[in-house]
Amino acid sequence: MSLFGLFTKRNTSAVARDRLQILLAHERSGNGNSELISQLHREILEVIKRHVTVDQDKVQVKLDGGLDGCSVLEIDIEMPQMDKDTRRSA
Amino acid sequence: MAKVLVVTSGKGGVGKTTTTAALGAALAQSGQNVVVIDFDVGLRNLDLVMGAERRVVFDFINVVQGDAKLSQALIRDKRCETLSILPASQTRDKDALTAEGVAQVIDELREKFDWIICDSPAGIERGAQMAMYHADVAVVVTNPEVSSVRDSDRIIGMLDSTTAKAKNGEKVEKHLLMTRYDPSRAARGEMLNTEDVLEILSIPLLGIVPESEEVLRASNVGSPVTLSNPESAPARAYFDAARRLQGEKLEIQIPIERKGLLDWLFKKRVA
Repeated sequence: MSLFGLFTKRNTSAVARDRLQILLAHERSGNGNSELISQLHREILEVIKRHVTVDQDKVQVKLDGGLDGCSVLEIDIEMPQMDKDTRRSA
Repeated sequence: MAKVLVVTSGKGGVGKTTTTAALGAALAQSGQNVVVIDFDVGLRNLDLVMGAERRVVFDFINVVQGDAKLSQALIRDKRCETLSILPASQTRDKDALTAEGVAQVIDELREKFDWIICDSPAGIERGAQMAMYHADVAVVVTNPEVSSVRDSDRIIGMLDSTTAKAKNGEKVEKHLLMTRYDPSRAARGEMLNTEDVLEILSIPLLGIVPESEEVLRASNVGSPVTLSNPESAPARAYFDAARRLQGEKLEIQIPIERKGLLDWLFKKRVA
């Protein structure tokens, strides 16, 4: 590589390192929890469906491994308007 | 006490079998009793790399299923008498390996050998899990390349969660072995450098094996590189790695292109 090239082009190894760091940070956060998350997702959805009709895609379950050994379980459910139509008859 | 060592990587083609053969032969040459086991059932190659392909009569599966005794399946290396190989089956598939059968074979080998080196198949499926399950020590073989590093990260996660040690609340001792390292490309910044890979994977470095035609030459003639050409750069890296595995503290040297006095003066070292 010429001296000129050295200053104009970023080393590809640095790009590789940065991409890997971002990717692995993401993948590690899901490690070991993915099974738990999908199970939680399934069971939470089951309970809600007994009472309300919800779209499966509108239920988000996230588990963030926070600092100090404390994790945050985040459940985000988008509900339809609560009226007589959406309530399931028992 | 016998140590079970798994050579693993997740990704294929990074040098697991080459490493198993070279490390096994290096440890055996230092007087240790070593057996290398091929866990790649259906795609065995350790026998070929070790030059024992025409001596296979019984294999690992035969022993696991009780069709042959362990002593009948073990092949003793002709060049190094403290080195033995337990070949995989070429005709069966990985389902033929049962957890109990493998455990029994490993227990029996623990009584006879100092080192039991398990050559893992690529991937994260059954074969790879079987190979790592009994490990006390793991050598994670990684190339300085994004897909290999990512797969190694996954394997490290599995070593910490799905092995016998992990289930007992203990830790598998993990080491990173960087292979196919090209000093000139690293110098030009075209290849992930060792510090970056170490920082990303955060396990200790066992050695850096430079990319070398000696490795191909060794496999051509069916001999571990540490037996066929002990003076070559890759062989020296493997000998050093074997000594580190035995607890010696040796400085790790990053291979550099030997051009002249200037390079020698500025030889890079890592702790």
